[in-house]
Amino acid sequence: MTTQTFGVYGGRYVPETLIPALDELTAGWEEAKNDPAFHAELRDLLTNYAGRPTPLTRVERFAPDRRMYLKREDLMHTGAHKINNALGQVVLARRLGKKRIVAETGAGQHGVATATVCARFGLECIVYMGSEDMRRQKPNVERMNLLGAEVRPVEIGTKTLKEATSEAIRDWITNVETTHYLIGSCVGPAPYPELVRDLQRVIGDEAREQILQREGVLPEAVVACVGGGSNAIGMFYGFVEDADVRLVGVEAAGAASLGSGRTGVLHGARSSILADTDGQIADAHSISAGLDYPGVGPEHAALRDSGRAVYLPCTDEEALDAFHRLARTEGIIPALESSHALARALDLDAELIVVCLSGRGDKDLAEVLARR
Amino acid sequence: MKKLVIYLVCEPGTPELAQAAVEGGADIIELGIPFSDPLAEGPTIRLASERALSRGMRTAECLQVIADVRSRVDVPLVPMTYAAILEAWGYDRFVADAQAAGATSSIIVDLPVEEHQEVKRIQLVAPTSTDARIEICSANTDGWLYLVSLTGTTGARSEVSPALAGLVDRVRAKTEKPLYAGFGISTPEHAATVARLADGVVVGSRAVQVAEDGPDALRDYVRSLRTAIDAAS
Repeated sequence: MTTQTFGVYGGRYVPETLIPALDELTAGWEEAKNDPAFHAELRDLLTNYAGRPTPLTRVERFAPDRRMYLKREDLMHTGAHKINNALGQVVLARRLGKKRIVAETGAGQHGVATATVCARFGLECIVYMGSEDMRRQKPNVERMNLLGAEVRPVEIGTKTLKEATSEAIRDWITNVETTHYLIGSCVGPAPYPELVRDLQRVIGDEAREQILQREGVLPEAVVACVGGGSNAIGMFYGFVEDADVRLVGVEAAGAASLGSGRTGVLHGARSSILADTDGQIADAHSISAGLDYPGVGPEHAALRDSGRAVYLPCTDEEALDAFHRLARTEGIIPALESSHALARALDLDAELIVVCLSGRGDKDLAEVLARR
Repeated sequence: MKKLVIYLVCEPGTPELAQAAVEGGADIIELGIPFSDPLAEGPTIRLASERALSRGMRTAECLQVIADVRSRVDVPLVPMTYAAILEAWGYDRFVADAQAAGATSSIIVDLPVEEHQEVKRIQLVAPTSTDARIEICSANTDGWLYLVSLTGTTGARSEVSPALAGLVDRVRAKTEKPLYAGFGISTPEHAATVARLADGVVVGSRAVQVAEDGPDALRDYVRSLRTAIDAAS
């Protein structure tokens, strides 16, 4: 018997202490998924609290030679797609009777979304964040504090998202009976990759409906950045059944877990990982804290292997160029993460493209200005 | 007689340390093969793993250390590591190579009992384990069953977990296999308390700390645990 979920990828590679909690979460999610009251509560929060649906914006000055649309997740409450998942998981955690939430964050967007939702529901919130990321994403640290969350700096290893995730999981191991681990991406042990995908697919479902309304046809390609891959999997799922729509994920060139990784185990799942031949996890490097992660969601690895999706690299410099270009041509400041998707979309061989603008770039100003 | 299990991280100096631990009264030696992202470990073993990795202790080097330990002592040697290591090395290949090096069984901390049953290993159960999982883990364990005495990561604690007694009762109702308890056990007093409850005592983080002071310090420390366990049981 095996617990792998996506072909040879996925699984539950965690200490026994957590297995019962994963069983409980799986059962809770199955029940919630089939409960109209769950969907009604989440729909109401997404609409009246978080700002769904988000617009689809044509960017003629940014991409004059083609029809490019941006799915505007940057306009969500807290400034990124992360709140789709945070709201869904907190509604679920409340159903499971959990009063304490732990999360990891890289760029800080997931941490802010989690802190926000916890404030909204009066839940205790602990966010683990690498100290290097705290330096790079200071405004988000301040926002989390303001929202009443406790941000715990992680000083081990590269002091980035990988270590923050490990520490969040260790906290969960220690406090599993009272705590829900609100993972921020479609990574981790089953059922998290599926759970996060199901909560993020609202991006792709909306985008599909909107592009059909605007253009009358499906796009040739949809493009999204991939760190752990939650905005991408959410976007892709709206179109995965449409065989003619190309699914394009864009990784940071220095953190290309799919492009240059190997099969391995990290943070509870078997996936494509940046690791050495002995399975020791390698360091990732990206200007974008949200993509600076040596692993990726297991379903992306399966989509890559099947050929249904392709994954392309993008350098820091290319992402920065796209960041400035979108700001100057459209009056939209994108997150550095999303800028990777924008950069590849510009040179993609396709006429009609939808790009997921997963977040806004206010948090990145200091990092970008320091590079000038 | 209650068993004493001592954990050490594989390092070039480990064979000498393991010999000292056996001289001090250890019945079984666990040999940690370090992994860069060990989810079950507290700060002590995590830092020791980082140090070992920075000195180049990869899987091949660790297997050599196991063979070197084997040439010095006669007690069972149990490699303890994470699934990522076996994924990279190959599950069957790891089993064969560990056995060739003189290992007895293995402990793969994050490999659930359902996965890779071809790898004979000591299963772990925790206070959070359901009765159904305790049954599956007991049925599949290789030799003894490792009781994780607390809900948390490895590392010294001030007291023996109050959850241990209840866990022993629940597991004892399901299996006749020997139950050795670990996590958070660091002093002779802890060891004595655990020896009254379980069939064996596993000491990790504190042993790793003491080992930094060399074989003599480790031998004395292990002897103090041995004495306390024998007096209690």
